[in-house]
Amino acid sequence: MSGAAASFLYLIAACLFIFGLKRLSSPVTARSGNTLSATGMLLAVIVTLLDAGIVDYTVIAAGLLAGGAVGAVLARRVAMTGMPQLVAAFNGFGGIASAMVVASEFLVDAPLERDAGITVAVSTIVGVFTFTGSLVAFGKLQGLLPGRPMVFRGQFALDGILAAAAIGVAAWMVTAGDAAALWVLVGLSALFGVTRTLPVGGADMPVIVAFLNSMSGIAAASTGFVIESVALIISGALVGASGLVLTNIMSKAMNRSLANVLFSGFGGNGEARAAAATAGAVRRATVDDAALTLAYARSVIVVPGYGLAVAQGQFGMRELADRLETRGVKVRYAVHPVAGRMPGHMNVLLAEADVPYEQLLDLDEINDDFPLTDVALVVGANDVVNPVAREDSSSPIYGMPILDVDRARSVIVVKRSLSPGFAGIDNPLFYMDSTMMLFADAKAALDDLAKAVREA
Amino acid sequence: MTLVIGITVFALAAFVGFEVITKVPPQLHTPLMSGSNAISGITLVGALVTAGRGGTLAWVLGFLAVAFAAVNVVGGFMVTDRMLQMFRKDRR
Repeated sequence: MSGAAASFLYLIAACLFIFGLKRLSSPVTARSGNTLSATGMLLAVIVTLLDAGIVDYTVIAAGLLAGGAVGAVLARRVAMTGMPQLVAAFNGFGGIASAMVVASEFLVDAPLERDAGITVAVSTIVGVFTFTGSLVAFGKLQGLLPGRPMVFRGQFALDGILAAAAIGVAAWMVTAGDAAALWVLVGLSALFGVTRTLPVGGADMPVIVAFLNSMSGIAAASTGFVIESVALIISGALVGASGLVLTNIMSKAMNRSLANVLFSGFGGNGEARAAAATAGAVRRATVDDAALTLAYARSVIVVPGYGLAVAQGQFGMRELADRLETRGVKVRYAVHPVAGRMPGHMNVLLAEADVPYEQLLDLDEINDDFPLTDVALVVGANDVVNPVAREDSSSPIYGMPILDVDRARSVIVVKRSLSPGFAGIDNPLFYMDSTMMLFADAKAALDDLAKAVREA
Repeated sequence: MTLVIGITVFALAAFVGFEVITKVPPQLHTPLMSGSNAISGITLVGALVTAGRGGTLAWVLGFLAVAFAAVNVVGGFMVTDRMLQMFRKDRR
């Protein structure tokens, strides 16, 4: 194959990625889009195997078989609730693979020209940072590490020292072409990935996973600079941009900036902070009260939070929705961007429970409908329905976009207790006259409600 | 390829990325992440070149790079497909 032909085929592969991503603009075409992207990848791999002047195929075959098998097993076995961990791990794998490619280029060909040396340094830093950062994120999401922000004294000083040291060592590596410099740079980047991710709290994981997603793209693109591959540069740039868009959306949905997420050590697991003084009495409801309210409503909007998924209540939720729909109740779901543990997570969990995607509406689509809705059923959500975010400018969550559940004619909140959410602040929604509190485990409550509605 | 041309390609591709990704609805953000993550496994192409060069060091790093990138690519596309097939229209 001539070099020009190969370049042309790589370009086609990159175009297939773009078309594939474009088809993700609707659930109808999304699956075919993913197939298109995978086809592009297959094309790129085949072209490389034929064109790159490869002398030894045994290592390649072994690596492809081992990695492919592990990937396939992970992809099949993972529970939908475990998706954030899996994506975090995959981000890390992409990062470390990129770093290994440039490390090998450097160690075999050093000393490199100045430009190539710089790109090797950048690629190593980004790739290794992505790897160790993703491992920490994986550990937090999997519960292997504590979810609370692990803030330590001298955090900023350490960040500064690490960054300055990395730049210094990179300069040494570029000018001297010394292999030892590369290993020091690897060590510094690895440490930086850990110290930068540990202070981020469990509740902020959606932002950090999206950020590391972006970094894995940047790692691939910078590797493209080193091995002079346009395919890697284009694809890496696409992923880098994609991750950045998602990071931005998530930060906005949490009313924070990326810098704030990375550096403030906010967003623990909620247990650490005490709730503010409770502001009056709540109206407790029994399952039968709630079931009657739901059964005789004309329209219901369900607001699922991550508590629902943790309790595996989404199937009971679907059952309840079915019962209500057979009675002629209009049921829809309002999904807040941070309802799960990664962007769009709640939608996947509900799709798994067979909820049709037309019923899954996001904040902007559904917020105007709450005043026209008979019942808002809140399950396992708290901060994202707290009217304080709209009304009280002194509140830490003031300005965060929320679902206007309090504007519905009546509200049913299913919750274990009155404990506060991630932000650790009290929720006036629970004390409103139009709100009924059903204190129970989400799964049990939804199963009971489904049964009671059938008998109503 | 000079560094400048590389940066030009990178910048233009990033703009395409921003345009395309902002049109993905929030419903599909998780599959978007896992799918774009699989695309970042394109580093597999670099890993193949490294692994195919011969020599002990390239052998070791190449094998590991190919294996990690292959987990990323195969796992990423498969899990995205698994998620996307769950998104269905209302049967009624």
